[in-house]
Amino acid sequence: MNLKPWMTLAVAGFAGAAFAQDSSTLSIEGEAMVTETAAPAHMENVDTIYSGWRFRSTETQALETDDFDNPAFVFVDQGIDLFDKVDGTEGKACSSCHENVEDFAGLRTQLPRVQDGELVTMENLINDCRTERMGAEAWKWSKGPMTAMTALIGLQSRGMPMDVAIDGDAAPFWEKGKELYYTRVGQLDMSCSNCHEDNYGVMIRADHLSQGQINGFPTYRLKNAKLNSIHGRFKGCMKNIRATPFAEGGDEFKALELYLASRGTGLSVETPSVRN
Amino acid sequence: MASGVKPRVKVPKTAAAGEAITIKTLISHKMESGQRKDDDGNVIPRSIINRFTADFNGQNVIDVTLEPAISTNPYFQFEAIVPESGEFKFTWYDDDGDVYDTSKKIEVS
Amino acid sequence: MKLTRRNLLILSSAGVAATAMGSLPAFASLTDDAIAELTGGAALGEGAITLTAPEIAENGNTVPIEVSAPGAVAITLFADGNPVPNVATFTFGPLSASRSASTRIRLATTQNVVAIAKMEDGSFQKASANVKVTIGGCGG
Repeated sequence: MNLKPWMTLAVAGFAGAAFAQDSSTLSIEGEAMVTETAAPAHMENVDTIYSGWRFRSTETQALETDDFDNPAFVFVDQGIDLFDKVDGTEGKACSSCHENVEDFAGLRTQLPRVQDGELVTMENLINDCRTERMGAEAWKWSKGPMTAMTALIGLQSRGMPMDVAIDGDAAPFWEKGKELYYTRVGQLDMSCSNCHEDNYGVMIRADHLSQGQINGFPTYRLKNAKLNSIHGRFKGCMKNIRATPFAEGGDEFKALELYLASRGTGLSVETPSVRN
Repeated sequence: MASGVKPRVKVPKTAAAGEAITIKTLISHKMESGQRKDDDGNVIPRSIINRFTADFNGQNVIDVTLEPAISTNPYFQFEAIVPESGEFKFTWYDDDGDVYDTSKKIEVS
Repeated sequence: MKLTRRNLLILSSAGVAATAMGSLPAFASLTDDAIAELTGGAALGEGAITLTAPEIAENGNTVPIEVSAPGAVAITLFADGNPVPNVATFTFGPLSASRSASTRIRLATTQNVVAIAKMEDGSFQKASANVKVTIGGCGG
C-alpha cells in the first residue's frame, strides 16, 4: 500500500542517488526491518499495521538507515557513557551489575510488563535500579539522561519483533489502555482512534497521520532535535486535541503504552527511530 | 565548555593510495541561532559552532564556515584523498571560544 | 489578437506585474546583496554546479542539502527566506577529492536555497532550488 500519495508525486522527479532507498522497505545498517505486517487478532478495525517510518518523506526515511546519519546516535553515545558512570551512594554504575548492555536484547519487545502486580515500563526499571541499587536519584521521565538510556537499552532489541504479553496479569491493564485509546477527550473531543485508526495515511494539514505505533521509541524528532519518550509523545497528542495531558509515568499512560505496544505486535523494534 | 558536546566521525580504516574516501562528521551542539526568545521575551544569545576543519597529516581537506542556519548537531559529509597512511584531525570552533577536536587514523596500502 | 488600445493596456500591465514578480523585491535583496559581495558583481554561470535539496521538507529544522561543483575552490550556501541569508561556506583544501559536501540546514519557511561556487579560474557558478517547508498538522 502506498501510504504517501502526494509525496510520491512530488518526489517522483528526483529519485537521486543520495536517496536510493525504496520507501517501503527499511533496512538499517543492512538489517531488514518489518515495517508492515498483519494486524494482531485483537485489532478489530485494522487489517495491516505499519511502522511510522512508512509515513515519512524520503529524506526523513533515509536518516534512519545508517547509524551515523541517524542523529539519535549522539544520544546513544551519551547513554554508553552514562551506563559506565558511577552515581549514587552505593558507588555503582549500571555496568557494575549489568556487565554487557547487549544482555538487554529482547527486553524492549516485552515492555511494558507486569511485575509484582504493577505495570512497569523501561523507565520504571531504570529508576528502580537507580534508587534501590545505586542509591542515586531517579531520572525525570523524558529528560536527556533517561531517553539516552532507554535508547541505548532499546537499541539492543533492534530488529526483533514487538511482543508484549496482554493476557493473565496484564489483561486488566491492557483493557484500561484500550478504553483510553477509544475515549474521546479534550475540547476537540477526539480519541486516539479518530486520527490513528480511522484516518492514518490521510493528510492532517501538511502532515501524514501514522498509525501511532511506538516500535521506534524513543524517537529523534527533526522538530525538536532530541530524543522523545513515548509518554512525552502522548502528552503532545493530548495537548493538540486540547485535553489536559495525563502525567508522564502515570497509570493512564502506562496502560496506554501497553495497549499501543500490543497494536504493534510483529513490527520490528526500530529504536532509536527518526521522525519529523 | 558548552554541556554535552560530543564529536562523532566516520572514516574508513583502510584505503588505497590516492583513493577518494567518504568522511562523515557530526557534533552534538544546540546551535542556538540568536533568533529565539525565552519565556520572558528576551532574545536567547547566539551560541553556535562557527567553523569546522578537517586536515590530513597537516594538509587541509575542507574548511567550513557555519552560520546559525546550520541545524542542531551539525553534520557534514565530504570526500578526501589520502596519499599515504596517517591521521585525520577534525576541529570544531565554538562561539564561546572552546575548541573540540578528534582524530582518526587510516592505513593506506 | 487584434491590437486595440484596450488589449495593449492589458498586455502592458501584465508585463509590469510579471517584472515585479520576477525580481521578488523585499526578500531576495538580502541574498542578492550577499551574493554580490561574494562575487564582486561578477557574472554567474550555470551548469557546472549541482544543488540537491528536497522539493518538500517535512520539517524546516533539518533539511538535507548536497552541493557539488567539480573544479570549485569554495561553495557558499544561501537561504533567501531566512532572517539571515548566509548558511555556510565550504572551502576545499588540497586533499579534498570531489568538490562536494552535504549538510543539514534550517529553513524558516518555503524559500529558495542558492549555492554559489567560486571556480579555480576565478569565475562563479550558481544553482538554486526551491524547497517547500511544510507545517506539521499535529506534530505534538
